[in-house]
Amino acid sequence: MDILSKFAIMLGAIGGLVLLVAMLLFLAGRMRGRSESRNVGWLFIAPAVLGLLVAVIYPALKTITQSFQTSSTGSFVGVANYITVFTDPDQLVVLANTAAWVILSPLVASVIGLLYATFVDRSRFEALAKTFVFLPMAISFVGASIIWKFVYDYRPNIAGVGQTGLLNQIVVWFGGTPQEWLLYPPLNTIFLIVIMIWIQAGFAMTVLSAAIKGIPADIVEAARMDGASGFRLFMDVTFPSIRPTFIVVVTTIALWTLKVFDIVRTVTGGQFDTNVLANDFYTQVFQIGNTNVGATLAVLLFILVMPIVIYNVRQLRKAEAQ
Amino acid sequence: MTETAAGRAGHAPRALATMSIGARRIKKQLSSRLTSVVVVVIAVLWTVPTFGLLVTSFRPQADIQTSGWWMIFVHPNFTLDNYNQVLNAQNSGQALTDAFVNSLVITIPGVVLPICLALLAAYAFAWTRFRGRDFLFVVIFALQIVPVQVTLVPLLNLYVGAGLAGSFWPVWISHTIFALPLAVFLLHNFMREIPAELIDAARVDGANHAVVFRSVVLPLMTPAIAAFGIFQFLWVWNDLLISLTFANTPDTNPMTLALANLVGSRGGDWYLLSAGAFVAMIVPLGVFLALQRYFVRGLLAGSVKG
Repeated sequence: MDILSKFAIMLGAIGGLVLLVAMLLFLAGRMRGRSESRNVGWLFIAPAVLGLLVAVIYPALKTITQSFQTSSTGSFVGVANYITVFTDPDQLVVLANTAAWVILSPLVASVIGLLYATFVDRSRFEALAKTFVFLPMAISFVGASIIWKFVYDYRPNIAGVGQTGLLNQIVVWFGGTPQEWLLYPPLNTIFLIVIMIWIQAGFAMTVLSAAIKGIPADIVEAARMDGASGFRLFMDVTFPSIRPTFIVVVTTIALWTLKVFDIVRTVTGGQFDTNVLANDFYTQVFQIGNTNVGATLAVLLFILVMPIVIYNVRQLRKAEAQ
Repeated sequence: MTETAAGRAGHAPRALATMSIGARRIKKQLSSRLTSVVVVVIAVLWTVPTFGLLVTSFRPQADIQTSGWWMIFVHPNFTLDNYNQVLNAQNSGQALTDAFVNSLVITIPGVVLPICLALLAAYAFAWTRFRGRDFLFVVIFALQIVPVQVTLVPLLNLYVGAGLAGSFWPVWISHTIFALPLAVFLLHNFMREIPAELIDAARVDGANHAVVFRSVVLPLMTPAIAAFGIFQFLWVWNDLLISLTFANTPDTNPMTLALANLVGSRGGDWYLLSAGAFVAMIVPLGVFLALQRYFVRGLLAGSVKG
């Protein structure tokens, strides 16, 4: 397919949509009388509701069903797939790694984001300094993975061979021996988690910075009058005031972390005991052809995500009510 | 009257604060030096890795393989060869220019379609009345919970059954529908902030819902559309999972997928990977820097996306 025909197809799709919207508006314009509001309402939500029914609700129910079936015959096997996921040695590694990701990356990213937001707050270079940390958010997980894979790059330690990865060069400068960082568990998982932290700290910083600026000035002023400053001011006033936001930031990043597979896939492909749930799902379904174990992993992901989302929504409601 | 009272109240603490300022200055300098160090360390860690790859993308292939990028400060030596190679596919397999076009063709409808459909739905939830309205709204909002992974396999079968496999439709439809719960929620929140009197006045003048939607609500929604639009743009442009599942052919694969494949097949060829990564980054970085304000607003409004 050449470039022009691709753009032609794209314009066709957008044109089709414009036509659909125009048609709905035309129909809405023709409606009269007491039932107008009701009919217009149904008309306007119809495309979204239909789409969600067909492309989210039906597939989700189907996947949940598949998680109770075998891959070969499709007969029901109860919780056999779930037992596999929780007992198979490889799967246990996946679960342990996922736990490490979900605990470490949200906490570290949020703490770094909070420190940075606090320290640059109202400084002369605030906008610029924030852009530095924020910028990785615009980069794809694949792009960030390539950036960091290069940092971790390794050359054999022979005289005359220079290191090309920054981390190994720093090790050499300090007199150490270069390492193949990505080969050895559990440290390699930590090096992967670093990439996630690097991407998400900007999100944490932005949201927390807005929260810090939202602390009423008189509270801060009153604390200053009492002699609080620096660390004391932070622990007694700043942090308690933004704690609800901090928790939402942590849980939101945890949510994203659970579902991210791009980093593991790009950097190690899940080898060397670095696999996580979301990448394992993809490998099981599309590379091994183990659809039903994959379905089980997807449902597990669903179950893990659910309490976090519910918690976040509750927090949001609480914040709105205030 | 109230203003002067507030002004007076504001002066008193300032006067008190100056008394202890001398004692505090030394302590303050110490802590500010420590915070400066922390800030600089974080800023360096967050920029140097990207800078290193950027420098590498302009170094000759032979240099990249034998020395670190920091050596350019000793032996400056630059070339555009790497970009030539990835863009024209002399030996890297697929030309990234194709993937770049695919990214555009996927992303533009991937942003426009959900915004249009969500605007209509958000309007219905905000300004019309029908039975089950509030219940349906909560259901749509709650669908944010469902991870994309849960839907992929049955959805792929649906697309294959409908004869859409290999075209752009599966990616467009998927991105559109997965974006709807958040888009409807966000746009609805913004729409509810429009004063009801404004809508009612137009309705009393005889305007029907189509007219109110087009001439009253839509013009006021520009900031909200921009906030969600840039969010969705970055989301779609940077996505790997959906394109890997639904657009994994040379005719349709976007930049992220082409890059991921390049890592798989030419993992040690940093002259290709570095240049390729920056070709993929340039558009989102540009959009992001130009519209950062809207992006921040979208983040703050919708940070619960699941």
